[in-house]
Amino acid sequence: MSYAEHRERVNQAFDAVGRYLMNQAREFVREVGELSRFGYEGLRVFFHRPWRGTELISHMEFIGNKSVTIILMSGLFTGMALAYQIYLGFRLVNAVSLVGPTVGLGITRELGPVLTGLIVSARAGGAMAARLGTMRVTEQIDALEVMGVNPIQYLVSPRLIAAILVMPLLTGVFDFIAMFGCWLICIQLLDMDEAAFFDRTYLWLEPYHINEGLFKAAVFGLFFAVICTHRGYNTKGGAEGVGNATNRGVVLSMVMIIVLDFFLTNIINVFYQMTGDYRWK
Amino acid sequence: MEVNSTSSISIRNIKKTFDGKDFVLNDLSLEIPRGKITVIIGYSGTGKSVLLKHILGLLKPTSGSIRVLGQELTELDVDQLTQLRNRFGMLFQYAALFDDMTAMENVMFPLKEHRRELNKVQMQEIARARLTEAGLSEKHFHKLPAEMSGGMRKRVGLARALALDPEILVYDEPTTGLDPVLTEMVDNLIVSTHNLRQGTTSIVVSHDLYAAFRIGDYVAMLDSGRVLLHGTPQEFLDSDIDLVKRFVAKGVRKELEPKASAAKPTSVE
Repeated sequence: MSYAEHRERVNQAFDAVGRYLMNQAREFVREVGELSRFGYEGLRVFFHRPWRGTELISHMEFIGNKSVTIILMSGLFTGMALAYQIYLGFRLVNAVSLVGPTVGLGITRELGPVLTGLIVSARAGGAMAARLGTMRVTEQIDALEVMGVNPIQYLVSPRLIAAILVMPLLTGVFDFIAMFGCWLICIQLLDMDEAAFFDRTYLWLEPYHINEGLFKAAVFGLFFAVICTHRGYNTKGGAEGVGNATNRGVVLSMVMIIVLDFFLTNIINVFYQMTGDYRWK
Repeated sequence: MEVNSTSSISIRNIKKTFDGKDFVLNDLSLEIPRGKITVIIGYSGTGKSVLLKHILGLLKPTSGSIRVLGQELTELDVDQLTQLRNRFGMLFQYAALFDDMTAMENVMFPLKEHRRELNKVQMQEIARARLTEAGLSEKHFHKLPAEMSGGMRKRVGLARALALDPEILVYDEPTTGLDPVLTEMVDNLIVSTHNLRQGTTSIVVSHDLYAAFRIGDYVAMLDSGRVLLHGTPQEFLDSDIDLVKRFVAKGVRKELEPKASAAKPTSVE
């Protein structure tokens, strides 16, 4: 192979890679744009008549009430496992009295909203995508439109608002039960001093730490609901299409929650610094 | 065929392309007369479903004009389109019933959405009347779609389409996937419903020519996004157009009846 041919092949390879990356970037931007538009439309039309109060309560019940059991189970064992691991580490530096606040900070600021988001997006988000996907492929969404009912307002908006409202409540339940699990391990199993446990926890754990987690949870709720309803609403094909929509909706929601958590943490810290409410010293 | 003065729907020179190159509808013009049954037929992929979506305002044409009940569809905003759609009733191919609602709830749904002045009892009365009109026996009123047969679902779908007393009734491939007995039942149901509601315009999209000739006052055949022939069933039989002759030869069985006798729909037991 001559030098010119070799150079031509290398150029072609770079060209192909460049084109692939450009297409991926374009696809990503298009996807973000479409999700933003869909989410905005979903939130906007909720405040238009007719009110969808009944649908909202029904979805809140589905997302919230029916997730409580798995949240309780997950929260309890997360709190217990975290408490035990932190105890093992802090014992080495003689700081076991700080197990309570450390678990508290980790749970309320990070693990509570993130794990609740992951669990609820898998359970309720998957169900949303599957439900809307089935409605799409069986022409039920077309039927709504032909009947003069805005399908976004009837199907999507109540789910978005319900997820935003319910996620902080579920996160609060997760936080509480995880701290209870921590208490069980520290006080009942490891026989630590209960007064020191509560004293240190009250000292270090501030209400704004909890609020930060609840705020994150609401944002996660909005994101997974937008992604999953969008995937379901735009399902193509039959049963396979519904399966793909559900799968892609849940996977993308979970990845987004983890990625978003990092950015939200930074944004919230910058906000605290700007408002002078930053007390993490 | 010129029926402009009495047309419910007037479609003029519409074109539709999704990719900017291939035209699914290519300069299509069609007049759908008021108070008659018009059957739109054609081979698969000739643009029947796309035309239907244009009539319902679910798609906008790339160019051309669609006037429905005197209103230019392409110029309506979302609210006006919603108002116009209230004057439509549609029976979907597989009925498209809401699977978490019973037959009664499905029929009450459009009433709950658009007739909010009615109380629940009044809505139930209307729903019962429509279901009975569609020939569904009362013992099936509280069944979910999953518990009903294909024929029953079609009846509920039709009852739902009739709930708001529409001026235009649209049937999208109503007999697809049904056995011959149910096909005939659905055909008779379309004719009897039409006869009971004088002045209602019925549009049936189908590829069953035999059924088209039995139930249709007019038949329009599409080919390559255009109307190949629009006329009475007899005009179809007399046509010299090669594609029409082939379609007729394949589609029409031994005995050809221009129109089904409008028997009162039998109740599904």
